Amino acid sequence: MAHSPAIAMPKGRGAYRVLVQRKKLVLLALAVVLVLSVIADLGLGPARYSMREVVMALMGSPEVTEQVSVVIWDIRMPVALMAVVVGAALSAAGAQMQTILNNPLASPFTLGISAAASFGASVALVFGVGFLPWAIDYIVSINALLMAMAAALFIHFMSQKRGVTVETIVLLGITLVFTFNALLALVQYLASEQALSAVVFWTMGSLTRATWPKLAITTAVVVISLPLFMRRAWALTALRLGDDKAASFGVNVRWVRLETMMVISLLAAVPVAFVGTIGFIGLVGPHIARMLVGEDQRYFLPASVLSGAAILSLTSVISKSIVPGTIFPIGIITALVGVPFLFSLIMSTRRRAW
Amino acid sequence: MVTTLQLNEVGVRYGKQEVLSGVTTPVLKGGEVTAVIGPNAAGKSSLFRRIAGLLDGPGSIRIDDVALRPGPSPVCYMPQDTSVNTVLTVYESVLLARKQGAPRKVTDEDLQEVDRVLFSLRIEPIAFKGLNELSGGQRQLVSLAQVLVREPKILLLDEPTSALDLHRQVEVLALIRSLARDRGICVVLAIHDLNQVLRVADRVMVIDAGTMVSCGPVETVITPTLLQTIYRVDGRIERCSRLCPHVIIDGPLEAA
Repeated sequence: MAHSPAIAMPKGRGAYRVLVQRKKLVLLALAVVLVLSVIADLGLGPARYSMREVVMALMGSPEVTEQVSVVIWDIRMPVALMAVVVGAALSAAGAQMQTILNNPLASPFTLGISAAASFGASVALVFGVGFLPWAIDYIVSINALLMAMAAALFIHFMSQKRGVTVETIVLLGITLVFTFNALLALVQYLASEQALSAVVFWTMGSLTRATWPKLAITTAVVVISLPLFMRRAWALTALRLGDDKAASFGVNVRWVRLETMMVISLLAAVPVAFVGTIGFIGLVGPHIARMLVGEDQRYFLPASVLSGAAILSLTSVISKSIVPGTIFPIGIITALVGVPFLFSLIMSTRRRAW
Repeated sequence: MVTTLQLNEVGVRYGKQEVLSGVTTPVLKGGEVTAVIGPNAAGKSSLFRRIAGLLDGPGSIRIDDVALRPGPSPVCYMPQDTSVNTVLTVYESVLLARKQGAPRKVTDEDLQEVDRVLFSLRIEPIAFKGLNELSGGQRQLVSLAQVLVREPKILLLDEPTSALDLHRQVEVLALIRSLARDRGICVVLAIHDLNQVLRVADRVMVIDAGTMVSCGPVETVITPTLLQTIYRVDGRIERCSRLCPHVIIDGPLEAA
């Protein structure tokens, strides 16, 4: 029994446990970055507060003035937290889209779901403005949501057809982007000047639209969706080995795809409905997560959520820092900052994701 | 109880097109290895996918004398090799195969079983390599680990040795042979090398142009006539100095 399996075995198990510990540490590090970023975000604005002041205000310390407390809690907090949940939602949506469509290019933005939501919202902004002014926030959001879901369903059902490849789905997504952009342009063409500026500003994406109720709804969507994904973690990871293999492991591939797609459309649409189109988070977040922890969904999904949240929060910090006193629409910054960041990661990493 | 698998008039349809029909087998028992042979595109993979429950079609598949129903199945199927581009290590991919349909939490027993399977295939040195860094042969061994770790009762292997070097082929087939015997697994494998079939299989099933041509003990099925009619080659079956039968190919059949 000199070469008995018992001697070699602990190596594999032990090494695996070390790997898992390392992944958990990465998640912890991402969480720390996120918390620091949120604190920085709260301190920045027309009036700048130090980190110490922010933390004291958060803890309800009597040392900070009421003015500081009001600014941080009532004005900046919803915006800062909105960055976190929107980043988390878009990144989770992108991660699962890349998983179920088996495509690194998939994201709510590249597959036309964001464009569909923009179109839905613009219809409400342009034609709905006069009718129900008291509910305008929600008409815009509901329209955006419905269009996003329709687009997601369309992509899902097309991807189920026989002979449809991953490339076809990406092409299909691109056609959706063009279609909805054209429709959006049409609506803008027909819009009054006032409505037009609302639409243009809306499509830029801005977190300053955040309010507590919107934040609550978005948070609820994220909180409900993530456990649904986690429950399917093993099945979703198996999809990455190919449909045949997943099915041979007993995964109901069709059903898992449909269920996941529905949750994705909710996750992708709600943030877009509330804060406008914010691109690239859905693409960048999952890629960073994949490079850091790989594609075991038990770690990949939390890592995507945390990195998406951290990136959007950091972007919010940057959008306030470029010109002190001015807040740039965050949708502009995400692409400008996110892309070079992703690019440098892709070029520097040895562990190439795709 | 010995596991059994029996096919009765099994077929496969893609839409209206019938790609396979009328496959009826005797009772295949646990412990036996059945080789499925036949030309390319004869319908072997379709048959496997049908038995694994991935395709619909007429006929009945009975496992342990109970008709196969949709849903979780005791059949483990290893599809033909496909390259994947995913950031998972070999270890993770084998573990996830084991965790499908099982409780979410990873137990010590799961990890032990993964270790055991990796060791039996001698791939523990690549356990922490990425799936996308493997050679074709290594991928095939990992695929095999993924089905073995599920502790199958019925094992369908679609060309499990097509990318392996000679040493690995012999080794893997010997492993399959001994797993079948020791654990009472009913193994059905598609394979092209007829000499390997003669070495490893108890029974051979011949599929050609979407139908089952014959099914029976290896030496009665693999004959010069089979070589001529199915593969269109001239050949002989002769015993070597150790009296093992070997297929010797003389050349392609001349067109009449």
